[in-house]
Amino acid sequence: MRTPIRRTFASTSSALLVLAVLAGCSTDDVDDPADTTATETTTETATEEPTSEESSPESGSDSEWFVQADYDEQDAQRSATFEGDESEPWLQYIDGEMTDTAKFASEGAKKVCFANASVSNPWRQTGFITMNQQLEALQDKGVISEMEVRDAQDDDNRQLADIDYFISEGNCDAFVISPNSTAALTPGVERACETGKPVIVFDRGVETDCATTFIHPIGGYAWGIDTAEFLVDNLEEGDKVIALRILPGVDVLETRWAAAQKIFEENGIEADDFFTGADPTEIKSYITDALNQGEVHGVWMDAGDGAVAAIEAFEDAGVDYPVMTGEDEMSFLRKWEDTGLTGLAPVYSNFQWRTPLLAVEKIFAGEEVPKEWVLPQTPITEDERADFLEANDGMPDGHYAKFGGEDLPGFPEAWQDR
Amino acid sequence: MSTPTTGITAITTTETAARPEIPRHQGGFGARFAAGMATPGGAVFVLVAVLLVSIMISNPNFTDPGALIRFAGRTAPIAIAAMGQYYVIVSGEFDLSMGAVVATQVVLAGNFIGDDQSRIVPGIALMLAVGALIGIVNGLVTTLLKVPSFIVTLGMMLALSGLVRYITGGAASGNPVDDFRQIGRGGIEDVPVVDIIPYPLIILVVLAAASVWLMRRPFGRTLVAIGDNPEATNYSGAPLWSYKTRAFVLSSLSATVAGILLVGYAGVHPSVGAGYEFTAITAVVLGGVLLGGGRGWVLSAAAGAFALELLFTLLSSLGVPSTWRDTVQGLIIIVAVAVSARAWQVGRRPRRTTAPTDLSSNSTPNQPTAGATTGEH
Repeated sequence: MRTPIRRTFASTSSALLVLAVLAGCSTDDVDDPADTTATETTTETATEEPTSEESSPESGSDSEWFVQADYDEQDAQRSATFEGDESEPWLQYIDGEMTDTAKFASEGAKKVCFANASVSNPWRQTGFITMNQQLEALQDKGVISEMEVRDAQDDDNRQLADIDYFISEGNCDAFVISPNSTAALTPGVERACETGKPVIVFDRGVETDCATTFIHPIGGYAWGIDTAEFLVDNLEEGDKVIALRILPGVDVLETRWAAAQKIFEENGIEADDFFTGADPTEIKSYITDALNQGEVHGVWMDAGDGAVAAIEAFEDAGVDYPVMTGEDEMSFLRKWEDTGLTGLAPVYSNFQWRTPLLAVEKIFAGEEVPKEWVLPQTPITEDERADFLEANDGMPDGHYAKFGGEDLPGFPEAWQDR
Repeated sequence: MSTPTTGITAITTTETAARPEIPRHQGGFGARFAAGMATPGGAVFVLVAVLLVSIMISNPNFTDPGALIRFAGRTAPIAIAAMGQYYVIVSGEFDLSMGAVVATQVVLAGNFIGDDQSRIVPGIALMLAVGALIGIVNGLVTTLLKVPSFIVTLGMMLALSGLVRYITGGAASGNPVDDFRQIGRGGIEDVPVVDIIPYPLIILVVLAAASVWLMRRPFGRTLVAIGDNPEATNYSGAPLWSYKTRAFVLSSLSATVAGILLVGYAGVHPSVGAGYEFTAITAVVLGGVLLGGGRGWVLSAAAGAFALELLFTLLSSLGVPSTWRDTVQGLIIIVAVAVSARAWQVGRRPRRTTAPTDLSSNSTPNQPTAGATTGEH
């Protein structure tokens, strides 16, 4: 990202003031028992895209991050029927409770305030471009006047300050929040709700249902199930899998692994997991070490960042390619095609970055929106790969195939020149 | 003749009197080799051998020459960085900016070279120029503005990290063209026995040979002398600022070479090179180089890097989780510094303070007390 969001000095200092004022109370508001996880998630830095709600550590399961009910729900949602037009998956949803927005119906272009967790990974960078192009389309339509963006740079306290700045002097008509972490941002979202204006939460969730709509793809368990089942189907019992994980303590990444680990254990797959921080040097070292110890048959990733380095480690060692699950990042899709390995590209639907602004349009038109807006989340298989490679020809390696912005203004240059 | 009555020996002794040999120069090759191995700088080679044998026992796959040479290939960047850090440490300074220099060069390679084959050579030239510039700034601010190098290079580290974060937004970008990456990934193939000789290993050997040569030149000797006693060296007429700045330049240039190799080995990511400064310092210290300067051999620094990587490989093959890596590294730094500070006494001329006990029995005029020729006059 060569053009990160620059703040003016004035706004930075006002944010600092707000932060200073709030320093005492912001943490006091989080007092439910689940906030032990909050402290863990607040330390995250360059996390991959995270998913939905959860983060309620349950008793009775063998893993701190495994919640059987959520697992079962997402397992079922993988084959659920989605309402809406299949050619516009960013508007599809699973039938459920709807929020009545008649009270928000009004004329004129609105100002949207967006509190973003960060743009510190390729997934978020791609999504943010898509969002800005969607904004352009809605500005042309006269729906939105402007969108003020604040980037919390992976910092909970900074994002709380950003939200409070928006509430007190942002002059916002609607709030869009992509929370940095679940528990820590709950009070911030609650304060935004108290203004009585529409609040749209997307990607990671919070522990309150006060938001007008909460937009997210199915979730981490679904990812874990899709990927682990693929590896189990293509490997033998007793085979060895290396699981490459970004970092610990982030619920959305932990649920991907919790689901996959359960399935590996049930099927006699020996899986060793490593935290790599998505650093290609680390990834390569772990795999090279593992290959020195013995054969490795599969590679599982909780996010595709660094997948190419993992594949190269097998090439450098001169051994057969593993069965592998990456992500719909172009670097992986291209390397997957070049090598011809047996693979699957799970998708954490990047097109969800369009949905919040389209939700704003619906809300001010008085149309009802799903209370919990669950978007489709379908992996890319080998059969579909060629189509996605062709559709995204010329896109940089950090681009995500299911970005869903082909019909937006600025396509494809806006995504190519980043 | 001389009057060895007290510790303060008059230096009227003519210089023809037997000047005691430095222990390192006494005896035959075998004895000298053994004496060398007993110093911290030599012990690290023994450590490397011990670790290597341990790994081979715990993991028979490691006895394959191909696996070994690949291991050497991927350890080359850190060994090169350690040799660069050596120049700075032996002259009595620190270079904490190394990891950030690596990251900067990696991102620079990704952005400047990209998919353009014709930019490989200009790209490498640009990276070396940027590396040299960073070293010059580090060196001049340390020596001319008298800011401690710890602070200067820490500031440089933060400045470069911020720059990398600004350019990349913290995420990976596209890799440079494959031909450029071959420098760090490829090698001479179809070699008998070892199968492949990785280019990084060849680069390491060339740089190691050049470093040994350089350390035997007046530049190298003066650099060590500066680390040992800056004032004395200054009085001797050697410009401290020039020598130390050149040491910093060598350090950032070696970080640059490590960056070129790493971008080939792994690819572009802003976290590549993270922690390299501490790994390099650990390797240098493990190689028996005295923090504060003045003692240590450049090849020991490279051997220290190999010992460190071998140790981590051994730990992982023994099932110790990699999360302990930082802890192990921290303990090594402390223990190695403590041990080497004392152990370097072994290879030195006997200390003068031990002399008085011998005086009664050893007072023949022609055998002045060791070290006495330096006198106090």
